[in-house]
Amino acid sequence: MAETTLAPPEVQAETLLDSNELVLNMGPQHPSTHGVLRVILKLDGETVLGTDCVIGYLHRGVEKIAENRTFQQFAPYVDRMDYVAAVSNGLGYCMAVEKLLDVEVPPRAQAVRVILTELNRIASHLLWLGTHALDIGAITPVFLCFREREEVLKIFENYCGARLTTHAFRIGGLQYETYDTFEKECLDFCDLMEQKLKEYHDLLTGNRIWVRRTKGVGILNAADCKDYGVTGPLIRAAGVEWDLRKAQPYCGYENYDFDIPTAKTGDTFDRYMVRMEEMVQSCRIIRQAVDALPEGPIKGKVGKVIKPPPGEAYVSIEAPKGELGYYIVSDGSLNPYRVRVRPPSFVNLGALDKMCRGSLVADVVAIIGTIDIVLGEVDR
Amino acid sequence: MASLIKTFLLTDLLKGLWTTFKNQKPSKVITEQYPLNRPPVAERYRGAPRLNTHPETSETLCISCNLCALACPEQLIVVTSERNPETKRKDLTTFTYDVSRCMFCGLCEDACPVDALELTQDFELATYTREGQIWDRQMLEEGPLPVRYTH
Repeated sequence: MAETTLAPPEVQAETLLDSNELVLNMGPQHPSTHGVLRVILKLDGETVLGTDCVIGYLHRGVEKIAENRTFQQFAPYVDRMDYVAAVSNGLGYCMAVEKLLDVEVPPRAQAVRVILTELNRIASHLLWLGTHALDIGAITPVFLCFREREEVLKIFENYCGARLTTHAFRIGGLQYETYDTFEKECLDFCDLMEQKLKEYHDLLTGNRIWVRRTKGVGILNAADCKDYGVTGPLIRAAGVEWDLRKAQPYCGYENYDFDIPTAKTGDTFDRYMVRMEEMVQSCRIIRQAVDALPEGPIKGKVGKVIKPPPGEAYVSIEAPKGELGYYIVSDGSLNPYRVRVRPPSFVNLGALDKMCRGSLVADVVAIIGTIDIVLGEVDR
Repeated sequence: MASLIKTFLLTDLLKGLWTTFKNQKPSKVITEQYPLNRPPVAERYRGAPRLNTHPETSETLCISCNLCALACPEQLIVVTSERNPETKRKDLTTFTYDVSRCMFCGLCEDACPVDALELTQDFELATYTREGQIWDRQMLEEGPLPVRYTH
């Protein structure tokens, strides 16, 4: 371990004198590290002096696999990166290939894509809320969140036949037409969600234990967020109104009316509030999209063999965890020459050390939870 | 003063406890008793593969075009055929599908021009051996045997 990742010199000198320093491994089997993240904590008593992340336990070489698959064949693999938000991953990849091909996606396909990705955003935030609260010690929310998440997964299963790794979109549009009760199920879910969000607020928002465990913990201000390249709910909680759905609208997001929830201090509690509000905004978008669901074809003019002209394309979308980017280089053959993913979890995890320094060991658990990482995406 | 009383009376904690208590109704139990009650899966569910046969003549619908094998990202489908000298068509001889490597993406199903290969609603695919995961043509046409659990 390099000495440079440790505490600032004055703290270091102090700890060297009375040498109370303790190195503690947290993970990769620790339940609150959300998978296989290993954090090496440098402690002075209960205070964290520095952290080091060890990643790669879930590395599958997804970017290399892409080079040996055709463009269509790689689409199911992107679902396996951020498996909690598989639909968003599929959207990003399909949009990048469509940009390479210069294909227009029909309006109906775009609207269905928006509905499904917003449902996925809610599902992802529900999983985050449940596990984050469980890490901190509130056991009830995880059961309630999984119950509501099940409703989203049922919609996915009815739509495309899979619950988690959906492979819902195809390059150029959609493979499956919506089913008869699709619109009704989406609207019913929005109604249900608005009721249930009140329950979550009752459980957590006013709760004194929750407030004391989250307020002022893991503060990351706007300047630091920008320095670390942190995106998503983390930067919005620091007060920066940055949402790619507004900043560079894609997939017809410019037609929907929604707000970007922000907060001021950028602590764990603010990020909690931002994500809770995002679920409300997602419900708003789903309602608008379902009401104005246009008729028409669901697939653009794409041949059976996808062979983009030589070139490169970068497309980034607002995934539930932040900016998800796909950079694809094509050499004119059937397989991509190179696929590079900009995963939000990985970039956001970089700010962990900054957020943890000076806090207590118990807060590290809260901070890892609040970043909302999925190790499948960090390691790829 | 009001907030002090609220703090003292633990209203915030009681509110949460009441929410927890409200969700304890036996009528709201959503846990499925899995092996006893099997959950209904969606119509479009992508589960065990099946090679469809003609309902009357029970001849295979597969025309041995090999498109499913080409579409598969894991290259787990092997189709062999031989040319029939009378009809000048390809007759299917063997069809092997390695379920252990399948990720049920549905690309083979999409590629099939005659709806011969289909992913069905069966989801109980466990076997005792690795070899049992490699399905031959007979297994694909008949489907896995229904599982009965005894306890």
